[in-house]
Amino acid sequence: MNLRRALVIFLALGLPFNPAGAQLTVQILKGMAESVPIAIVPLAWDGAGPPPYDVAATVHADLERSGRFRPLPRAQIVEQPHAASEVDVADWRMLKIDYVLVGRLAAMPDGRYEIRYELVSVANGERLLGTAVPVDPKALKRASHRISDAVYERILGVRGAFATRIAYVAVEGAVNRRSYRLIVSDADGANERIVFGSPDPIMSPSWSPDGKSIAYVSFHSGLSAIYVQTLATGAQVQVSAKSGINGAPAFSPDGSQLALALSRKDGNVDVYVLTLASQDLKRVTDDASIDTEPVWAPDGRSLYFTSDRAGAPQVYQVGIEPSARARRVTFEGGYNARPRLSPDGRHLAVVTLDRGAYRIGIVDTKQGGMQVLSSGQQDESPSFAPNGADILYTSRTGGRDTLAIVSSDGRIQQQVASSAGEVREAAWSPFLN
Amino acid sequence: MRFLPVLAIVIGILMLAGCGKKPTTVPDGAGSTATGETETGAAAGEGQEGEGRSLPGASGAAGGGPQGVANVIYFDFDRSDIRPEYASLINSHAKFLAGSSAIKIRVEGHTDERGSREYNIALAERRAQAVRQALKLQGAGDAQLTTVSYGEERPSTTGSDESAYEKNRRVELVYGR
Repeated sequence: MNLRRALVIFLALGLPFNPAGAQLTVQILKGMAESVPIAIVPLAWDGAGPPPYDVAATVHADLERSGRFRPLPRAQIVEQPHAASEVDVADWRMLKIDYVLVGRLAAMPDGRYEIRYELVSVANGERLLGTAVPVDPKALKRASHRISDAVYERILGVRGAFATRIAYVAVEGAVNRRSYRLIVSDADGANERIVFGSPDPIMSPSWSPDGKSIAYVSFHSGLSAIYVQTLATGAQVQVSAKSGINGAPAFSPDGSQLALALSRKDGNVDVYVLTLASQDLKRVTDDASIDTEPVWAPDGRSLYFTSDRAGAPQVYQVGIEPSARARRVTFEGGYNARPRLSPDGRHLAVVTLDRGAYRIGIVDTKQGGMQVLSSGQQDESPSFAPNGADILYTSRTGGRDTLAIVSSDGRIQQQVASSAGEVREAAWSPFLN
Repeated sequence: MRFLPVLAIVIGILMLAGCGKKPTTVPDGAGSTATGETETGAAAGEGQEGEGRSLPGASGAAGGGPQGVANVIYFDFDRSDIRPEYASLINSHAKFLAGSSAIKIRVEGHTDERGSREYNIALAERRAQAVRQALKLQGAGDAQLTTVSYGEERPSTTGSDESAYEKNRRVELVYGR
């Protein structure tokens, strides 16, 4: 027991993940047929020695991986302009390129760098973006993701989610010698760090709306309990350890409350709302059936949740005010569970039983209907990107959990490969500032 | 109100079982290595999977419960009602617990890997509660029983086929925890 505790504490320190761990790499499986042709010209370097970072390579990789862009391979970029004024649109038109991204990376006297970049439309020569940003040496990668975000937004009209992170559970070891780790990495799988590790199950990570904390379920005390951990410090606070189930935590939109599932003494699983500062606990559902997996509506006034009150799991919505009545939301299919709401509140991603297979489906919260997006046999745990464009989920194939991404319209598929072990229950962070 | 029908069935089963075969309870036969017939053929040996703890027939109270009685109860898909063949198994454990209030067990609920993880936590809790209620009705004390639901998080065997699913839809009775 001592050793076990020591391990937990050691892992809780948030040490960089050991190289043998579950490093993720995201690859595009199927992009859009009409993906946007773009040239990302390597940045000029104004400084001594070799350039400290390849900004263009990161932007290229981000845009390509999204499935919405078709960046020109670098070897085919012959002309290398570094400012909008140097872009000869006629030449790029011949290459059938619609947009050109150019820029310079410069060393600043204070030790920081400046990235200056411009986006040019080949159709009319218009300068669509023109920005100069100072960057700390350690933040060059993040700054590059932010350029990807800006390009994505300027061309597609939707904010990019490249400079975001994901939390996921990595599981290794034989069936009776498992080790569980809660890991946070960049959205592209890089920079993974262990948030918490335990020989007992870890489940259901959920981001705080400011992206600074994660709530999750851990069994390391021997029973289930919900913890909130601050990423910057590693400080872990136990927020719910009641008799029975403590599960499915979800932060309210203002971050002050957690919706959660408790069974308490009687074993009846219902949805509750816990105010974090006061520990005040309010029961939201009171039904003899299973009520679990709550998720907040964007206005913080109602919850969507899974209930089997009609005999099989379906998604319902209920106001958080006392004695509110639940409204059923999903009707198609005999099994719809684990709802996650799109950031605009208009769609629910769910686990749906589709012709004998558990798949990710998307439902219009007002009109209903069900579009099945994934094609695995056991797909679960959907999580929307903060821009609503993509859904990250867990796919079980060959007895192993892996991650995958599908666009919310089902047209784009990304594969997330893990270097080791199983990975599951990924939660996409909110936008980070 | 779903619990009442389940309880009624459980009570019915236990009453029937009481008239039938006498449970082969061996109350901690000091150092005895008797390997009494397990009463539930299906469950024989299954308890050895998973964590390797509380083996059926393990000697002494520290290792497990009643001698020669399996400690795993299996369930049908998406069900939490206890199948009739487990009535005498539950009866043996309940009597064993009733014999010494110092003995404590964990009633651990599990599901197979299909479907949503937190929903499975709830389903496994329901299974653990069904077994807990049955043990209490047969004389085990409330303070002797802790339930924990692992959902699909702790399979006893890996595999994505019906034979693996059957082994994983279970409640384990774990002594000394």
